Amino acid sequence: MSLIEIKNLHATVDGKAILKGVDLTINAGEVHAIMGPNGAGKSTLSYVLAGREGYEITEGSVTFGGQDLLSMEIEERAAAGLFLAFQYPVEIPGVSNTTFLKEALNAIRKTRGEAPLDAMQFLKLIRAKAKDLSMTDDMIKRAVNVGFSGGEKKRNEALQMAVLQPKLAILDETDSGLDIDALKIVAEGVNKLRGPERGMLVITHYQRLLDYIVPDVVHVLANGRIVKSGGKDLALELEANGYAQFGVTEAA
Amino acid sequence: MRDEQNQTAKGFVEQVVALAPALSGARGEGLARFAKAGLPSTRVEAWKFTNLRGLDKLTLGPAPDAAAVTVDAIPTALETPGPRLVFVAGQYRADLSRVDDLPDGVVLSSLAAEATPMLGDGPLRTLNSALSSQGAVLRVAAGLKLASPVELVFIAATAGDKAALWNPRIVIDIADGAEATVVEHHVGANADAYVSNIVADVTVGIAARLHHYKLQAEGLDAWHLANVSTHLAQDAVYDTFVLNLGARLARHEARQVLDGTGIEARVSGAYAITGNQVSDITTLIDHAKPHCTSREVVKGVIDGSARAVFQGKIIVRPDAQKTDGYQLNRALLLSEQAEINSKPELEIYADDVKCSHGATAGELDEDQMFYLRARGIPRNAARVLLIGAFLDEALEEIINETVRAYFRARAEAWMGAR
Repeated sequence: MSLIEIKNLHATVDGKAILKGVDLTINAGEVHAIMGPNGAGKSTLSYVLAGREGYEITEGSVTFGGQDLLSMEIEERAAAGLFLAFQYPVEIPGVSNTTFLKEALNAIRKTRGEAPLDAMQFLKLIRAKAKDLSMTDDMIKRAVNVGFSGGEKKRNEALQMAVLQPKLAILDETDSGLDIDALKIVAEGVNKLRGPERGMLVITHYQRLLDYIVPDVVHVLANGRIVKSGGKDLALELEANGYAQFGVTEAA
Repeated sequence: MRDEQNQTAKGFVEQVVALAPALSGARGEGLARFAKAGLPSTRVEAWKFTNLRGLDKLTLGPAPDAAAVTVDAIPTALETPGPRLVFVAGQYRADLSRVDDLPDGVVLSSLAAEATPMLGDGPLRTLNSALSSQGAVLRVAAGLKLASPVELVFIAATAGDKAALWNPRIVIDIADGAEATVVEHHVGANADAYVSNIVADVTVGIAARLHHYKLQAEGLDAWHLANVSTHLAQDAVYDTFVLNLGARLARHEARQVLDGTGIEARVSGAYAITGNQVSDITTLIDHAKPHCTSREVVKGVIDGSARAVFQGKIIVRPDAQKTDGYQLNRALLLSEQAEINSKPELEIYADDVKCSHGATAGELDEDQMFYLRARGIPRNAARVLLIGAFLDEALEEIINETVRAYFRARAEAWMGAR
């Protein structure tokens, strides 16, 4: 069954067309990767799906879990099970990771008609999840992403994903700024979440991440459209031959 | 002519004089001086951003008989209230106060009218000196550490539809080596129009410590005008914080003189205002002697068409070498009409000092809002989280944890009501 269905999606930023007709369907249980050169519209696609302001949808539709995703508020999308792991996680001084995650989880539980977790239940949950990601107690008590290294920020994204248990996780350049050890930890966290009910969209510039999060389908996004789709071998081919075959020249 | 332009709210001044009881001696002279000097208009530099003209719209009447006022709840920052003085409509209510169980060496009492010292520095002080008949006195003897915080509670009440004016006087005297914590509460009902013109005189002796906190939660039609003057002796620690939430117009003017070496002055505050409220925090930190530190963090949230004023002046006298001064003023503007007037002023006459200051005004961060909402937190809850975090940075300055938690809860209640 399809989890998300993107049809002929066009989006502009400040009047400039970025997405020019994206078609993509992800079924439950599948991991898709989107690869593409800089400026292809990869991050725009992830932001449009998450509902960030500043993007105008000029054409097309997105159906998520049977609902019209594009008409939903940002928080409604999250509550419906959409999760964006940020390329650049935002620092929020003065709000502790624990408070942040508890607010988020209980808000989502509320829309699902579930009772909120109390402080003890929540702490138990977050500690267990943090342990899986080799995160210290100190990291979960600190202000959200403040003073975190690049790797710690990405681990924090993985922690949020583990706590919120989304239906569809979009990973936007999760590998950027990560050394190989951090990459392994994060990938392991992501892989733990793979399952028959869950879909993933892994957005990346490089093939490296896909060694650790192995996709079922690989798409090439260039000039605002998906120009090629294939199996995981497509990623290796792109690594070897670059994006030039799609009419894109990249600065070295 | 020029004098005339420097005055405002003349109708109010006339009403005050007409309603005043017959006064003799210094009080009579004080009232005459007030009548002549009037209230400062915005042409007076110190009042440039805060306009008292609206006082003219009030119809003044006598304050109600406090004894006849039913008080439902007495605010407290403490789980178990300790010693306290309660004033209703500016008048002392012994039946609501708690002054027993104080250790020897502590004086906590209502200020008798005749003991009111005459201090005529500025028109509002002059007015207070002339008309003040009630107030609070706390004296802590040398070396004595008062464990329980002392609360000074001012509850507003008016009679009929007339506005009332009261002029409470607060005297706090912490002798050498002593320590105390004072929490002031100023509360009132939203529908009541009144003017609370408060004067506080504080002295902190050698190596003494005073934690002095104030919650201003007056009714939204109230005028709250406070003038605090603090004298600090060598090695004293003064930790003061004001939280402005209420009043139609509130001005908290605090002047502290660091008159000895090794003094630590922490002069901070926060505010959260909306509608047509005005919150004015005006401070003067006067470094008169060397080797002192001062730290000032004032932050606030402004919604609706409200306006905040921050005037923070730091003087470093020629003698005050090795002064370490820090000042931060930040405002969060939640609406297009919200406004902040910020005026940091550094006057430095010594050459070996460290003084820094910063002032910013901004809106809620869009990236932070998006991040929180992308995790499922609804827009309003996300705003409350971010505003709370913003104010927390100021509230952290409060050393007493119980009071800090209480002030935080009050600020959160403000946000929750939005």
